[in-house]
Amino acid sequence: MASITTNTPPPPAAPAPALRRKSTGRAGDKVFLGLSRGSGILLLVLMASIAIFLSVRAGMAISKDEGNFLTTFDWDPAAQKPVFGIAVLLFGTVVSSIIAMVIAVPIAVGIALFISHYAPRKLAAPLAYVVDLLAAVPSIIYGIWGALVLVPYLEGLNSWLDEYLGWTYVFEKTEVGVARSLFTVGILLAIMILPIVTSVSREVFLQVPRMNEEAALALGATRWEVIRMSVLPFGRSGIISASMLGLGRALGETMAVATVLSPSYLISLHLLNPGGGTFAQNIAAKFDEANQLGRDALIASGLVLFVLTLLVNGAARLIIARRKEYSGANA
Amino acid sequence: MSNAVVQDTRPPASAPRKGSLSRRGLPRWAGAAFGAAGIALGCGIGLVFGLDSKVQWGLISAILFVLISYVATSVVENKRQAKDRVATSLVWVCFILALVPLVSLLWTTIKRGSKALSGDFLSHSMNGVTGFEPGGGVYHALIGTLEQVGIATVISAPLGLLTAVYLVEYGKGALAKAVTFFVDVMTGIPSIVAGLFILTLMLMFELKPSGFMGSLALSILMMPVVVRSTEEMLKLVPNELREASLALGVPKWRTILKVVLPTAIGGITTGVMLAIARIAGETAPIMLLVFGSQLINTNPFDGAQSSLPFYIWEQYRVGSDASYDRGWAAALVLIAFVMILNLVARGIARWKAPKTGR
Repeated sequence: MASITTNTPPPPAAPAPALRRKSTGRAGDKVFLGLSRGSGILLLVLMASIAIFLSVRAGMAISKDEGNFLTTFDWDPAAQKPVFGIAVLLFGTVVSSIIAMVIAVPIAVGIALFISHYAPRKLAAPLAYVVDLLAAVPSIIYGIWGALVLVPYLEGLNSWLDEYLGWTYVFEKTEVGVARSLFTVGILLAIMILPIVTSVSREVFLQVPRMNEEAALALGATRWEVIRMSVLPFGRSGIISASMLGLGRALGETMAVATVLSPSYLISLHLLNPGGGTFAQNIAAKFDEANQLGRDALIASGLVLFVLTLLVNGAARLIIARRKEYSGANA
Repeated sequence: MSNAVVQDTRPPASAPRKGSLSRRGLPRWAGAAFGAAGIALGCGIGLVFGLDSKVQWGLISAILFVLISYVATSVVENKRQAKDRVATSLVWVCFILALVPLVSLLWTTIKRGSKALSGDFLSHSMNGVTGFEPGGGVYHALIGTLEQVGIATVISAPLGLLTAVYLVEYGKGALAKAVTFFVDVMTGIPSIVAGLFILTLMLMFELKPSGFMGSLALSILMMPVVVRSTEEMLKLVPNELREASLALGVPKWRTILKVVLPTAIGGITTGVMLAIARIAGETAPIMLLVFGSQLINTNPFDGAQSSLPFYIWEQYRVGSDASYDRGWAAALVLIAFVMILNLVARGIARWKAPKTGR
């Protein structure tokens, strides 16, 4: 069928460009191109409509807000005079994600180096696989593990930090209570973003030109010197974008934070004290009791979260895009 | 000139050492020995000072391990080797540190989950069981998860596949670039935001919460993952195959359907299965859109449903011993589901790998 139709066009069409235009002009091709391009466009439309719809509802909520949406601490849209603001949520989200980054990035780079340069050859592939499995564990399971196993375990560490590093103010524990704090959330988030940071960094490290490493080795460099002189400089942008991808994950994590944190609408730099909140956690916690305005208010806070993750992820992708060869999207 | 100088100075410098090639060095097992010493000392210190937290024991051992490595190597060998040794030991510590939570998580889930897990647990719903008494099961949640994930797959797999085909086979110019970029950005959308988006639609069109609403949110999360993995796989298909088919006069769409896709089908299946495994564990959208139910509801288009991750969250919130047991058992079921999907997917990838792969 198809071959018969294709055999007919060439004779009349003499120049090459004309031939090519004819051969894609068939109905089947048009339909297929239309379908595939259409689904691509649908994806863009989807992104746009997420932004638009969230903005519309958020606008409706913010116009009824009696307080300042950006600087108010409280979250009380059900009151006579509805008052809600994202100050606490923004603080908690950023702080817990930064703690997660500070813990996770060095360790993830270490693991990536371990897999790419230190592990015995036979072990490297299975180890990479184990790290990927860590990424497959659903966040709600991290959540209940964090709340029921990690929190009691961290009690000792917390009192130790309080005793010896309490003078830093940040690690001073002024309230008695279990370790359901932003610090614990940060540790849990660190565990959760380890796999993605690791796998993107690992991909980059594996792409370091072999010649660079061998040249360094031939000059008598130790393994660490090889890594410092040829691997890390080459992989710097990769590490940065990997960390930003991890940051994007940490910012939007819902269940793990909702299970571990005991929320309060206070901003405190005493990271070990229970309390605080994040965007996603607040939505999860407040949704059940929310009325119409309450839901719109939550949508407004979700919009801020959306923009935040969009910026972080977009920046990470732009950095990655400069080197086409690797991308962590399938991680 | 400079060459001569170098050659002149070198022999005297290395001469004091005995035997030019056999420098003093630590044996190969030194690293392991340092590790053992560090752990032993760490545990010793932990015991003597009566530290409660095993986390502290581990941290002390790790620090001791790094210190011992540095000191021993700088005494026996030299500063540069010592630095190298420190880097090696730090990298090992990082790796072991990362294994601890994974092992602990799996171990806890299996140990505590197997308590309530039974045939009854898998075949009964929570109908008539209050949160504080033992009994009940996950049957309704299992049905919910399977249906929601199934619908999400039916929606997003074809769309994702077509988009990937567009990007690899047709895509040139601004549109393709924009799609690529936004697919990448879309992989980073928090699941709760996807849930909120569908929620705005629900509020505007006054729809009722149902399993289908949940699947819509899940498919937003799933689509970019499918696009990315399919794209990677299609790029692996050698161009010679396409050219051969086109040279035989086969139209492009048939080439894609009959040559390109079948070649990459293993990888594509893997990608879709990994994406399923990923969305099967999503809780936040379900919480906003499906509401959860204690009863068996097999119709995803009407009325509240439950799902496995949401069930875990519910049981966690009840906070009784019986509900924790149920929560862990459901977690075990979910983790088994996800892990099996993962293993099978990667098995298929290996089995059906295109010949160009190493």
